[in-house]
Amino acid sequence: MTIPLSNKIVNIKPSGIRKFFDLVSEMQDVISLGVGEPDFDTPWHIRDEGIYALEKGRTFYTSNSGLKELKQEICNYLKNSQNISYDYNSEIMVTVGGSEAIDIALRAMVNTGDEVLIPQPSYVSYYPCAILAGATPVIIDLKAENNFKLTAQEILEKITNKTKFLILPFPNNPTGSIMEKEDLEDIAKVIIEKDLYVISDEIYSELTYGKKHVSIASIKGMKERTVLINGFSKAYAMTGWRLGYACAPEPILKQMLKIHQYAIMCAPTTSQYAAIEALRHGENDVETMKTEYNHRRRFLMNAFKEMKLDCFEPFGAFYVFPCIKEFGLTSEEFATRFLKEEKVATVPGTAFGDSGEGFLRISYAYSLETLKEAMIRLNKFITKLRNEK
Amino acid sequence: MRKEILMTIEKNSKISPKELAILLGKEEIEVANEIKKMEEEGIICGYHTLIDWEKTSIETVTALIEVRVTPQRGQGFDSIAERIYNYPEVHSVYLISGGFDLLVTLEGKSLKEVSAFVSDKLSTLDTVLSTATHFILKKYKAQGTVLAKKPKDKREVITP
Repeated sequence: MTIPLSNKIVNIKPSGIRKFFDLVSEMQDVISLGVGEPDFDTPWHIRDEGIYALEKGRTFYTSNSGLKELKQEICNYLKNSQNISYDYNSEIMVTVGGSEAIDIALRAMVNTGDEVLIPQPSYVSYYPCAILAGATPVIIDLKAENNFKLTAQEILEKITNKTKFLILPFPNNPTGSIMEKEDLEDIAKVIIEKDLYVISDEIYSELTYGKKHVSIASIKGMKERTVLINGFSKAYAMTGWRLGYACAPEPILKQMLKIHQYAIMCAPTTSQYAAIEALRHGENDVETMKTEYNHRRRFLMNAFKEMKLDCFEPFGAFYVFPCIKEFGLTSEEFATRFLKEEKVATVPGTAFGDSGEGFLRISYAYSLETLKEAMIRLNKFITKLRNEK
Repeated sequence: MRKEILMTIEKNSKISPKELAILLGKEEIEVANEIKKMEEEGIICGYHTLIDWEKTSIETVTALIEVRVTPQRGQGFDSIAERIYNYPEVHSVYLISGGFDLLVTLEGKSLKEVSAFVSDKLSTLDTVLSTATHFILKKYKAQGTVLAKKPKDKREVITP
């Protein structure tokens, strides 16, 4: 008897992070710097609104595309923060986290054999989702010397007559890199010229430091070619609520909505009510958390400087991505030894693509005290490695 | 910069100017000067420690006292407030809108000590019309800090 399994799925590698997770789980007293979610609790007034929705018995499905009020708030938010005008009724849908939006955007647009450009290092789901959608993923290896920004030249080098989309993952997990307006204008030029479309994952858009996030959809001629994906997880510390959204031209959104309608029905109702509160009254919370993240970011950059560990200064998300090439170990060897010898968990850069080799993702979604202790251990560890050489 | 310094040291007054400068991305000397200026200007009025006395063996009692007073001509509430805040056992004095005038918080060693203060000193002041004393039974949160056990990190140890 053979168990019926899809070859497509069987051939997909499980996430490299999983392996590390299992290793860490077996150990005790580990300081983890490996988490990709905020350490803050969801602000109380937002939680309270969720509780209130439950008390009021708002426990039914919402319309497939989400609550009207929420879509209107999303619409206002994008107008105010990015000056992009979407029609809440036909161009916005609420999804189960940004993750669902990535998946259905690909499934709604891809035909078998279409090539999707995926810059790496980047979040782990683009590649498998592209495969599942029947696309051929084409990797663009981002370079440390460009501070892991994507350049127009890199796109041009990979374009073929089958290329249909670009996934644009900025502010970036795991590098913390951001794309500024001029960078995006260069990209937009190529996209328009080559008649491509963009799936822009902007889940970290609220977490940029000293420089404001710019959406590629705000650049002239790009709204028509962009699926903008965002959500509530990172900005409002709402990861467990599983709520995101996608904005796209109506013909695309219509198809995405069909998948969502049949596969998901609607995003969690409680979460949608809480998210309305987040968008209406959450601005100060975001500001407070951002200030705190920025302190930690500066603390880590300073600690690296003091221990002479090479790291470009990232201005987004809550990750730093130091280079560990000087030690002559692979990312995985380094992270494993660091975990075993100093009990600090980080994520090897290779979990986010081959071009992450030689780098380490360190999350600063941790209290300063935790980061301080971790940096003492890192210093000890790399001093040991340097002496070994 | 002032706002960010204040917001940070309000939560952690132990932080050194050097550390603070790193967090704020400024020079140490700049931060130190700014703090000094704010001390001189009376913006920073002191550096205190938040103590949960309940966890010690030292007995303390905290009381909130609502005080109704007759304002005095030409001075309003200021002189009566001064007469009250000069007592060392008085922790804070606020002028309040609403049903009474001054909110006085008091830290004493025992119930007896607090009641003695109220009956002997506070109530006997000419301008004091009436008082109402509330004893604090339990402090859940003080100065923005929850006094319960530190919560554990509930997140998975590694996530993408």
